[in-house]
Amino acid sequence: MRTYVLKRLLLIVPTLLGVASLVFVIMRVIPGDVTLLILGGDQAGRVDAAQIAAMKHRLGIDQPLLVQFGTWLWGVLRFDFGTSLWSGRPVVEELLIRLPLSLELALAATLVSVLIAIPLGMLAAVRQDSWVDYLIRVVSIGGLAIPSFWVGILCILLLVIYFGWGPPLEFTPPWVDPWANFQQMVWPVVTVGYRYAAVTTRMTRSTVLEVLREDYIRTAWAKGLRERVVVVRHALKNAMLPVITLIGTEFAFLIGGLVVTETVFTLNGVGRFVVDAVAHRDYPVVQALVFLIAFGFVIVNLLVDLTYAWLDPRIRYR
Amino acid sequence: MATRVLAHAPASAPLAARLTTREEVVKFIRTKPLGAAGALIILAMLAVAALAEPLAPYDPYRGDYGLQFARPSAEHWFGTDEFGRDVLSRVMHGARIALFVGFTASLAGCTIGGLLGAVSAFLGGKVDLLLERLMDVLLAFPQLILALAVASILGPAVQNVVIAISIPIIPRAARVVRATALSVKENVYVEAVSALGASRRRVIAQHILPNVVAPYIIMLTAQLGGAILAEAALSYLGLGAAEPTPSWGLMLSGSAPSYAEKAPWIALFPGMAISLAVFGFNLFGDSLRDALDPKLRGR
Repeated sequence: MRTYVLKRLLLIVPTLLGVASLVFVIMRVIPGDVTLLILGGDQAGRVDAAQIAAMKHRLGIDQPLLVQFGTWLWGVLRFDFGTSLWSGRPVVEELLIRLPLSLELALAATLVSVLIAIPLGMLAAVRQDSWVDYLIRVVSIGGLAIPSFWVGILCILLLVIYFGWGPPLEFTPPWVDPWANFQQMVWPVVTVGYRYAAVTTRMTRSTVLEVLREDYIRTAWAKGLRERVVVVRHALKNAMLPVITLIGTEFAFLIGGLVVTETVFTLNGVGRFVVDAVAHRDYPVVQALVFLIAFGFVIVNLLVDLTYAWLDPRIRYR
Repeated sequence: MATRVLAHAPASAPLAARLTTREEVVKFIRTKPLGAAGALIILAMLAVAALAEPLAPYDPYRGDYGLQFARPSAEHWFGTDEFGRDVLSRVMHGARIALFVGFTASLAGCTIGGLLGAVSAFLGGKVDLLLERLMDVLLAFPQLILALAVASILGPAVQNVVIAISIPIIPRAARVVRATALSVKENVYVEAVSALGASRRRVIAQHILPNVVAPYIIMLTAQLGGAILAEAALSYLGLGAAEPTPSWGLMLSGSAPSYAEKAPWIALFPGMAISLAVFGFNLFGDSLRDALDPKLRGR
């Protein structure tokens, strides 16, 4: 086990180095000069060459690419992701302003979806091939089919038309005004949570079905146990392993969900920050965010694998 | 006597009568009603895409400022948009783009990924290690941001969206095919053909690839819906098809939400089209997976 963890931890290094190199190269290849974007130019879009050179020097992007990459990597090791080319503020500081919103959205969406998905998935499995099962399957496949930004647009449409409500522009943290925060976050949470719930429902249904065919479940039935005891105490507990994996695999989708949902609801979170940073060619911001998301992805996946071994003593890693 | 009977008996008696294609279809509809519904949606969509030109009531590009924001009516079933263009005609032509992007992106991503996975499994050693690390990097790279970045580099155009969407599919397909190929590689017949002097290329092409076709097809159908959604998301974020292309995602972007009160149909119908198409592909893909995966049969 210790060797396995060590091996996995060591493998994280080349993966993150690869991600860092890839995002660095991509950002430099994207057409559009950040200095031109910042300077704007005159009415005809012309900018003085000396001005461009001065701006490049000020931003530190006049250095050779390898030097820029090295400087950036050295900064990452010290948890210094540089400063935003647009605002001039440290990237970490910019990120910390937006993180509470995205974190709240992600956690609430995950919580809501798990609370809905596990009972529904279980019900669909227990009532396999009945109308209840079909209904739950159709609703969950629908959750995967409906684009989250369209769910968001529909929410806004309904709220605007029927309640005259528009999404607030300023984020109110829950510790400042819980009710205002709830009003602001409930629809984005529904939008992100529906897709998440759909995936989890399907996974729960399929794993509960698999477990329900095991011998020990037949034994539990033969003992004359009640359906609730058999399903909840015996089947569900063992069916939860693959569902936990979802937390890891769905992490990337969650980020994607945040990007579009925050754009639809004009929420100033990390997702929207990424889109804006790509559009503005704000290299340090995109590099930092991609690196941190990738870091989160590999760590979450490692934790999920380790949780597997902890929950199921039959699993032994080499 | 007994010997004569045995001599006339077939080597292995069939377990069940072979079904005709028609019977196979009827059986599929009866056992997998949701999958059949999915197939029906896909067929309808293919028909609309193929016949968009003669079927669409209006030119999807021609605007009429006298007809801006017309409500759904007998003349314009889905109403008109802010330029007075017929929404139904644009939705019908949009099916072409959605299907084109969906099919080509998932085909390209799954094929490149599948080939890399098969080669990685067969060659093993340093090649496998290197390819696996490369796939790790692509998997850890946030999917939508990768697509966003690639689309930004290549510029807003439908063919560039295909490239942007197919790249994140590659590592997923490579993983699935590699795992299957690794188990196929262990089979005795692969060892036998290698011992008979077959070249590596021949072993991969003729003995390993045909055996990884089932997971490849499952992966392909599973990615189709996702690719359509990704195209819509990229177009919505302004990095997909450019105006005035009738892309479903593009029809939802920019102005559609701002006309929520005035003309909700502008955002309603393209969204319904995306959802229905992905819904159809997901239903069909699920049933196909159930049919091809022996562990899931009857589930």
